[in-house]
Amino acid sequence: MAFISTGYNPEKPMENRITDIGPKDYNEFYPPVIKKNKGKWSHHEILEPGVLVHVADSGDEVYTVRCGGARLMSTTHINEICDIADKHCDGHVRFTTRNNIEFMVDSKDKVEPLKNDLASRKFDGGSFKFPIGGTGAGVTNIVHTQGWIHCHTPATDASGTVKASMDALFSDFQDMRLPAQLRVSMACCLNMCGAVHCSDIAILGYHRKPPMLDHEYLDKVCEIPLAVSACPTAAIKPSKQVLENGTEVKSVAVKNERCMYCGNCYTMCPSMPLADTEGDGIVLMAGGKVSNRISDPKFSKVVVGFLPNEMPRWPSMTDAITKMVEAYASGANKYERLGDWAERIGWEKFFEVCELEFTHHLIDDFRQQAYMSWRQSTQFKF
Amino acid sequence: MAKHETPLLDQLESGPWPSFVSDLKQQAEVRAKNEKGVEFQIPVDCVDDLLGVLELSFKHGRTHWKHGGIVGVFGYGGGVIGRYCDQPQAFPGVEHFHTMRVNQPAGKYYTTDYLRTLTELWDFRGSGITNMHGATGDIILLGTTTPQLEEVFWTLTHDMDQDLGGSGSNLRTPADCLGQSRCEYACYDTNALVTFLTQEYQDELHRPAFPYKFKFKLDGCPNCCVASIARSDMSFIGTWKDDIRIDQDAVNKYVENDPAYPANAGAYKGSKDWGPFDIEKEVTGLCPTKCMKFENKKLFIDNANCTRCMHCINVMPRALKIGKETGLSILCGAKAPILDGAQMGSLLVPFVEVNPDNDYEAITEVIENVWDWWMEEGKNRERLGELIMRQGFQKLLEVTGIEAMPQHVQYPRTNPYIFWKEDEVEGGWERDVEEYRKHHQR
Repeated sequence: MAFISTGYNPEKPMENRITDIGPKDYNEFYPPVIKKNKGKWSHHEILEPGVLVHVADSGDEVYTVRCGGARLMSTTHINEICDIADKHCDGHVRFTTRNNIEFMVDSKDKVEPLKNDLASRKFDGGSFKFPIGGTGAGVTNIVHTQGWIHCHTPATDASGTVKASMDALFSDFQDMRLPAQLRVSMACCLNMCGAVHCSDIAILGYHRKPPMLDHEYLDKVCEIPLAVSACPTAAIKPSKQVLENGTEVKSVAVKNERCMYCGNCYTMCPSMPLADTEGDGIVLMAGGKVSNRISDPKFSKVVVGFLPNEMPRWPSMTDAITKMVEAYASGANKYERLGDWAERIGWEKFFEVCELEFTHHLIDDFRQQAYMSWRQSTQFKF
Repeated sequence: MAKHETPLLDQLESGPWPSFVSDLKQQAEVRAKNEKGVEFQIPVDCVDDLLGVLELSFKHGRTHWKHGGIVGVFGYGGGVIGRYCDQPQAFPGVEHFHTMRVNQPAGKYYTTDYLRTLTELWDFRGSGITNMHGATGDIILLGTTTPQLEEVFWTLTHDMDQDLGGSGSNLRTPADCLGQSRCEYACYDTNALVTFLTQEYQDELHRPAFPYKFKFKLDGCPNCCVASIARSDMSFIGTWKDDIRIDQDAVNKYVENDPAYPANAGAYKGSKDWGPFDIEKEVTGLCPTKCMKFENKKLFIDNANCTRCMHCINVMPRALKIGKETGLSILCGAKAPILDGAQMGSLLVPFVEVNPDNDYEAITEVIENVWDWWMEEGKNRERLGELIMRQGFQKLLEVTGIEAMPQHVQYPRTNPYIFWKEDEVEGGWERDVEEYRKHHQR
């Protein structure tokens, strides 16, 4: 493994340096039919789950086959995507905001061979490499964060919970039987890199224990002021501690009842770890959306306060999600998003029909906006 | 033969959904065999060790990653995130395993030539593991060592004409929907605007000078497929000012249940039978402002009372089209819940033209006014939405020079505690108490 240099000279980092050039020009990447008809599209149609046609004013058509994919993806898998795109799509491919892969062809006769090719590819373990679906009134791919594969503050795994959930929801990825689209999102701690707070169903990792303090090492490896200022609730203060051997060291103290378990202190200071087998787990939220269609965008609400991490397939979590999806599928009107349905029937009914337990944890007590969620009315259902 | 036993992860190989475990295993095998003869610059078995450390997390229910110290490329304050394993003896291949964020192209279109160049680079100098794509939009290259960072950056910039994305307290990589490239709903060219803004603000993207992160997201229409209204400090959502264009013949095709005109562009062609399409039940009756009616085979829309929610257009895309006088709305301050609770974007500019011929000056003026205020007044780690909460929406209007209008609110304030400015009150606040006492005894 000899080091091979590109020509970069660490002694003279500015020599021949190129910076601030931004992303590639998208014009280089458009398929020809897209480039030609950009801004001149007439309409589109979902022909079947996962297959769309867009028709241009010129009469040109572009057929899109949408496939699910794990966003955690190897170069081997990307190269296989390229092989497929070379074979069927003249070397063009795109990804969607929700980590789907879209293969586009410019005539209808190219669709079946592409679909057959995609559907035939499986991993050695048996799962589909390129399941076709994710369109219309169904479930599309879950957007998610890193989890245990690569993050320092997760309270659960992301790829694992997503795989388990998508296996449970797979028939709805390949169907369009739901009252409206159902967007599931996943974030592995409350910092929500995945911004799951406006999803029909959100899976959220959550810690429940404040950080541990490694007093002996804390001042050696951390900048104490940075750890103090990292805390969003001002729960951390500098403190002198006496170790068992009598040595006095500089460290910090944490007001545990003010801690919201965000892990921001751990980001600044590795001597403040907070991960815990029993403390960590899953929160489920529901009823959010970002579209302005019919009703305003809305936030997701916490519907399950805590579920333990059950590796490797989180059955309590997938069970709760499946119950929500089935109750929604049978109860909501056409075009009604999950949150609109819950508001129409009332959240008290939502818990009943979804067979979810309502606990005191679900009543907001965080700062002023909590009041907005309490019931200031005599209108409720028994 | 796998380097580590992974009995828990193995259970994630079954089931129909693409298994990341199977993919990681195939990658580990490809590296071990190395049929292409790659001169790997980081440990050949790093993916085996990645599987090993993930299995350990599945066993413990805890992560085994530490946040990194300061790593990066010279002159940039973002784009690289340091990452170290907390079990380096057991998993030496991932002891140093940093992330690089690569700025994705607008609309996430690629050629296979580009992707193959990228995979070749990442096999050579990294783990070969990626995210396509990260939550903010970048291509994420997951796992390399510190000496490789400058080398990867050199190849990206010199051979691929490709820069890194943002991280830390700077402008994060802007993201867009595919817009007019393939969508008839798009009210402006999101691909062009997102690229312009990314290029225009390269300095803000690479060199952290902000109080905290700042995100731009661009949606071509109010359907908000990239969730800009929930996820970006500044959200650009396409809209229009004139009338929805109606093709009455096509409306009647929908009403007649012509199979070439399926409701909602075919989104309901699944296993559930919703019965025949009913325009009153499904369109006019669901219109949030009840501004439309269907009578004598004609659809009428009272456009002055339309709020452009997209429902009718989504349901009958062959009959109804967005207006011709298009532009975008700017909303500010969206963020995830931490710390004071989640915020949606609040409407700042109801309508602005999208004009590439003058370098979108109407848009950049708003951006720069907002940034000037936030950089001056924002506290460390205070998102724009939180500053707006702290200093007030009126202050945001003041610093951007935008006139207050009823469109800015859901409803007017419910308390009368208006903090009048002295110059707003006739005669000011300085008064002569002696003059007052001439008419009002003590």
